[in-house]
Amino acid sequence: MAINWFKYSAPTTFYGLAGKLVPWFAGVSAILFVVGLYIGFFVAPTDAVQSEAYRIMFIHVPTSILSMFLYLVMAAYAALGLIFNTRLSSMMATALAPTGALFTFIALWSGALWGKPMWGAWWVWDARLTSELILLFLYLGFISLHASIDDPRRADRASALLAIVGSVNVPIIYFSVKWWNTLHQGATIKFSGTSMQIAMQHALFTMLLACWTYAVAVTLLRVRSIILERERNTQWVSELPEVKLDGGVQ
Amino acid sequence: MSWSEFFAMKGYAFYVWGSYGMALLVFIVEIAMVRHKRKITLQQLRLMRDAGEEE
Amino acid sequence: MNKLSLFGLLGLVIRRDLVLAMRRRADVLTTLIFFVMVVSLFPLGVGPEPDMLRKMAPGVVWVAALLASMLSLSRMFSADYQDGTLEQMLLVPQSLSMLVLGKILAHWMASGLPLVLMAPVLGLQFDMSAQSLGVLMLSLLLGSPILSMIGAVGAALTLGLRGGGVLVSLLVLPLCVPVLIFGTGAVEAVNSGMNYASHLSLLAALLMLALVFAPWVTAQALRISME
Repeated sequence: MAINWFKYSAPTTFYGLAGKLVPWFAGVSAILFVVGLYIGFFVAPTDAVQSEAYRIMFIHVPTSILSMFLYLVMAAYAALGLIFNTRLSSMMATALAPTGALFTFIALWSGALWGKPMWGAWWVWDARLTSELILLFLYLGFISLHASIDDPRRADRASALLAIVGSVNVPIIYFSVKWWNTLHQGATIKFSGTSMQIAMQHALFTMLLACWTYAVAVTLLRVRSIILERERNTQWVSELPEVKLDGGVQ
Repeated sequence: MSWSEFFAMKGYAFYVWGSYGMALLVFIVEIAMVRHKRKITLQQLRLMRDAGEEE
Repeated sequence: MNKLSLFGLLGLVIRRDLVLAMRRRADVLTTLIFFVMVVSLFPLGVGPEPDMLRKMAPGVVWVAALLASMLSLSRMFSADYQDGTLEQMLLVPQSLSMLVLGKILAHWMASGLPLVLMAPVLGLQFDMSAQSLGVLMLSLLLGSPILSMIGAVGAALTLGLRGGGVLVSLLVLPLCVPVLIFGTGAVEAVNSGMNYASHLSLLAALLMLALVFAPWVTAQALRISME
């Protein structure tokens, strides 16, 4: 059975698909969080070097990985929208940005709380945390630029260009910060032994999947509202059951 | 390990729960905001439709 | 008008923009004055202890130069945008990128170059050695055009927007971080007696990258903003 994927690039069909997917991703995410946290807190042993504080890793590492991954996905969607003029791609980019920014914030917050007991300071300017901070600025720049332009087409295209420039810059920024950090004597996170315990790896991976499915669910939910807003003058929107009928929000 | 020992996290409770607590808070706020946005959008669409029908 | 060669176009644009900048000397001078004031504020804020000032000097001068550049960015395209010249520029038969490069270079000559020349004088406030001052100048000479070029992309994207200078800065500052790091790194290397050539080479490499890509990206940004 051949699936015509291209029909999902139209806002109308994607709206419906997204609506069906959200509960699944939300449910899977909740389960994965429970499982991941269980393994992380009850199966993984105490670390010899970092004691119980290392358990912050199970939220810090997934959110920071995802913050970078989401930025690239956002930039990719934005680039698609810019090159092929597909509205939906730009809408997806706009939908991803707040989630990405929030993940970056969680990564920074948990990073600071991890750094304080480990290295004695709330902020240690290590290469990765500093790059995360700059990534947060890149996200905020994208969101601000999009919000500052009234014309939606110009807003989409301008922020797309910014996202592309940003993503090209990310490796340069990371490299320069890493270099800067080694010069200024940064600390690195150390664990007892060279390899992580297997339970820790499992917990980490599960939490990563949990955060990813969460991000998908929230982004799809957000993009549905964006689609409705952008397409408000079309027939198909006015024919939607949730718009046609009153009484409760669905 | 008893529950109180678990919560104490060998003295790192503030940092560990502070991290997870913030993450949970962010998730809750984000979900609330997205749902709110949907509600507002649908309300506006209904207002538009009502305005249109009055013509 | 006869068909201009690419370099002819470049020269024409640079000459024109410089003439216009000279007519509005106040704009150019305010950037410079801002630079001087910010640098002078730091000792007032952190105290006059010479060792600390000497350590801070490269960072302070560089950050001030960065901020001063950001402030002047909105001027790059706004005048032409407002009087309709920019629209005409988009219709130029030759490469828009070349024209944009001319505008960026002229802007740098009017806003960035004065900072480079002023920096050694300010460095004296921080008791920097002659060698440090030299490397500082060199790092700014290589780095400030990069700042102008990255800034040009931001200025083009935010053409005519209400946010103004602050929005451009928000967009552009994160992208300028590598330039800041290598620029100050070069001076710090000199101060600690290490080899500064690698930092300057990296800056030169970034400059080459920017020269190749920034005018074209800025041209695309202008097209997006002007549709």
